[in-house]
Amino acid sequence: MSRLQVVSGKGGTGKTTVAAALALALADEGKRTLLVEVEGRQGIAQLFETEALPYEERKIAVAPGGGEVYALAIDPELALLDYLQMFYKLGGAGRALKKLGAIDFATTIAPGLRDVLLTGKACEAVRRKEKSGRFAYDYVVMDAPPTGRITRFLNVNDEVAGLAKIGPIHNQAQAVMRVLKSPETAVHLVTLLEEMPVQETADGIAELRAAKLPVGRVIVNMVRPEVLDAAELELVRGTARSSFAQTLSAAGLGGARRGGHAERLVDPLLAQAEEYAERYALEHEQRAVLGELGLPLHELPLLAEGMDLAGLYQLAKELRKQGMS
Amino acid sequence: MSPDAERQHRISPARVLDLDPLLDDPATRIVVCCGSGGVGKTTTAAALGLRAAERGRKVVVLTIDPARRLAQSMGIDSLDNTPRRVKGVEGAGELHAMMLDMKRTFDEIVEAHADPARASAILGNPFYQSLSAGFAGTQEYMAMEKLGQLRARDEWDLIVVDTPPSRSALDFLDAPKRLGSFLDGRLIRLLTAPAKLGGRAGMKFLNVGMSMMTGTLGKLLGGQLLKDVQTFISAMDTTFGGFRTRADATYKLLQAPGTAFLVVAAPERDALREAAYFVERLAAEDMPLAGLVLNRVHGSGAARLSAERALAAAEDLDHASDRPAENLEEARIVDQEDGKAGVRNSPDTDGSSGSPTSDPTVPQLTAGLLRLHAERMQLLSREQRTRDRFTALHPEVAVAEVAALPGDVHDLAGLRDIGARLAAGRPELPQTAEE
Ligand SMILES: Nc1ncnc2c1ncn2[C@@H]1O[C@H](COP(=O)(O)OP(=O)(O)OP(=O)(O)O)[C@@H](O)[C@H]1O
Ligand SMILES: Nc1ncnc2c1ncn2[C@@H]1O[C@H](COP(=O)(O)OP(=O)(O)OP(=O)(O)O)[C@@H](O)[C@H]1O
Ligand SMILES: [Mg+2]
Ligand SMILES: [Mg+2]
Repeated sequence: MSRLQVVSGKGGTGKTTVAAALALALADEGKRTLLVEVEGRQGIAQLFETEALPYEERKIAVAPGGGEVYALAIDPELALLDYLQMFYKLGGAGRALKKLGAIDFATTIAPGLRDVLLTGKACEAVRRKEKSGRFAYDYVVMDAPPTGRITRFLNVNDEVAGLAKIGPIHNQAQAVMRVLKSPETAVHLVTLLEEMPVQETADGIAELRAAKLPVGRVIVNMVRPEVLDAAELELVRGTARSSFAQTLSAAGLGGARRGGHAERLVDPLLAQAEEYAERYALEHEQRAVLGELGLPLHELPLLAEGMDLAGLYQLAKELRKQGMS
Repeated sequence: MSPDAERQHRISPARVLDLDPLLDDPATRIVVCCGSGGVGKTTTAAALGLRAAERGRKVVVLTIDPARRLAQSMGIDSLDNTPRRVKGVEGAGELHAMMLDMKRTFDEIVEAHADPARASAILGNPFYQSLSAGFAGTQEYMAMEKLGQLRARDEWDLIVVDTPPSRSALDFLDAPKRLGSFLDGRLIRLLTAPAKLGGRAGMKFLNVGMSMMTGTLGKLLGGQLLKDVQTFISAMDTTFGGFRTRADATYKLLQAPGTAFLVVAAPERDALREAAYFVERLAAEDMPLAGLVLNRVHGSGAARLSAERALAAAEDLDHASDRPAENLEEARIVDQEDGKAGVRNSPDTDGSSGSPTSDPTVPQLTAGLLRLHAERMQLLSREQRTRDRFTALHPEVAVAEVAALPGDVHDLAGLRDIGARLAAGRPELPQTAEE
């Protein structure tokens, strides 16, 4: 099992949710996982219903398996100051740089620099050891940028080579790439059973592979329950409305006669079944496309009541059950 | 009536947004479709453009990153950065459409403002290249820029603008200024030309700081990048007259009479939260909000049957799947004239499947239909709750609802359908008889 688990996917498909569930799932008894956020949106804090996370690793949950989950929201400005401090011993001048907006300037004109800092911090957490020699974190799970940017984000090395050809930042970038391109890392993609996210997943995988970044698994999120299968839908189409009316009536939903309550339910219920059938067919196609990617697939259910902490734990249990941890 | 059904019947939004008068009004010159990512901005913009054209106006739609199939159906999949007339539009008006090419738009600005030699120096500058290929805010800046250009051409009586995909609708308003300020900013000047400050006494301290800073940044970023930035800025300076000024000018266009904003949102918590921020911001900027487009709203023709009752009935059917049904004869009579369109079950299936009630699968299938319905009703009440929250915050905002269609929207017929739904203001649902 790779120690750095990167979770990407199309925007809004559930990257943050799945990353958090995975961090919970990986925290077995006696283990410690770190969940990192790189986009400065405080999505993790929102999900765990805690106040905004500072730039500091802190414990946010005890996992169903008994282990601990820590979280960190990486702030690129502070990460850059850390680095400057480390390499140039800037002291108070570092703060002056920040005050003048120079840090902002640097990360703006060189977006690659920002990514070096973010991935650098995550890799540092992966490699960090305690005095005892044990890894500080058994797993680091990253809530990463979306599919469209993930390859470039992880592959900053190339960018940085153009920006900082020598010096500590350059060396740092190389060290980061060694972790990211090794089996120590796995990049997972979250998708929905819809055409666009699936297409983006396929494209994203091709890009990651071309860049020699290790692709992990595909997680299909928000999967709706199969209420009727293809054969049953066929039967529904072949059944007389009167039969449905009578059956609804028998179930206590009013009269089956024309204009009766049960009878008036038939049309709308059949219309809903048609919509379901259409979606069912689309989902079927998308499952087939995903099947051809040659990667392990996992499915997480759509939580009908919306997300909350209990739902998150439920998803974590689901991932454990499916052997993702 | 159960409390659940009651909720469904309540009229949720305070006001229904009436879009046709807005589209028809010759005073309406610009309609901007904003909203957070993936909610349907591009679809809405294209659908409104088509509708306005088919109602007789000469319209141009500026789309940004449309889905490939949609672009193809409008004939704008070739990226030439100018409006093309869309074929297949019915009625007296005209629809022109284009897809924004941000790099090309930027290049054109440079070419328009600099003599050829200087222009080619700028276009070849590595910093310019990364800036124009997609810097934070470049797409928003260029969308605004393009809007300004289209407006200045004055060839269309209505411009419908899509906005770039971004997490926050506010980015469309803020990013151009942010980029403009950044490029025009004091800091970038100080950093790129600290030497100029030489003699000024008061600046001495700052200057020391600066050279240390440029030194550090130079090491960090590579000296070349800073030099590129400096060359670019000074080349632009003499020709262009300021990024910020330009951004401010287009911003004013958005405040001018004749501009209307539509906020697009899905009935989901995150999207509506964003929409609320945006509504507040428009008010603060004196920008006219026409209303909220609530896209992908779900409905049910059987809304009076609550999820709870449907599930209970489904369970009953599971337990008693062999119970004989009543009223067989009556039901058959009813069915004779009951073959409404839209549902594929035909009345003559009656004959072929024999006595329907003797078929043990019917109760199972019916239970399935009821479960599907329960799922739908749960979705409806979730959507209703999020909408209520928005309405409570902003009762003044008029709302047009568009139903969620089972497939996506990728041709003119689909856009026409969305346009009709937008104008109707309420999701069109299968008719339900009165209680
Ligand atoms: N399995 C699920 N069941 C129900 N709701 C879900 C599920 N997974 C995610 N969601 C909800 O979907 C929305 C998007 O999820 P999330 O924020 O995790 O996505 P994301 O990919 O991180 O989005 P972004 O691209 O904006 O960062 C959230 O409101 C979340 O609560
Ligand atoms: N009412 C609707 N019913 C069904 N599908 C819809 C509806 N509205 C939009 N869609 C589909 O949803 C997808 C996203 O829509 P669209 O591209 O318009 O969103 P957007 O807000 O422009 O997204 P982005 O932020 O990525 O630019 C498209 O596939 C579109 O066809
Ligand atoms: Mg997220
Ligand atoms: Mg769009």
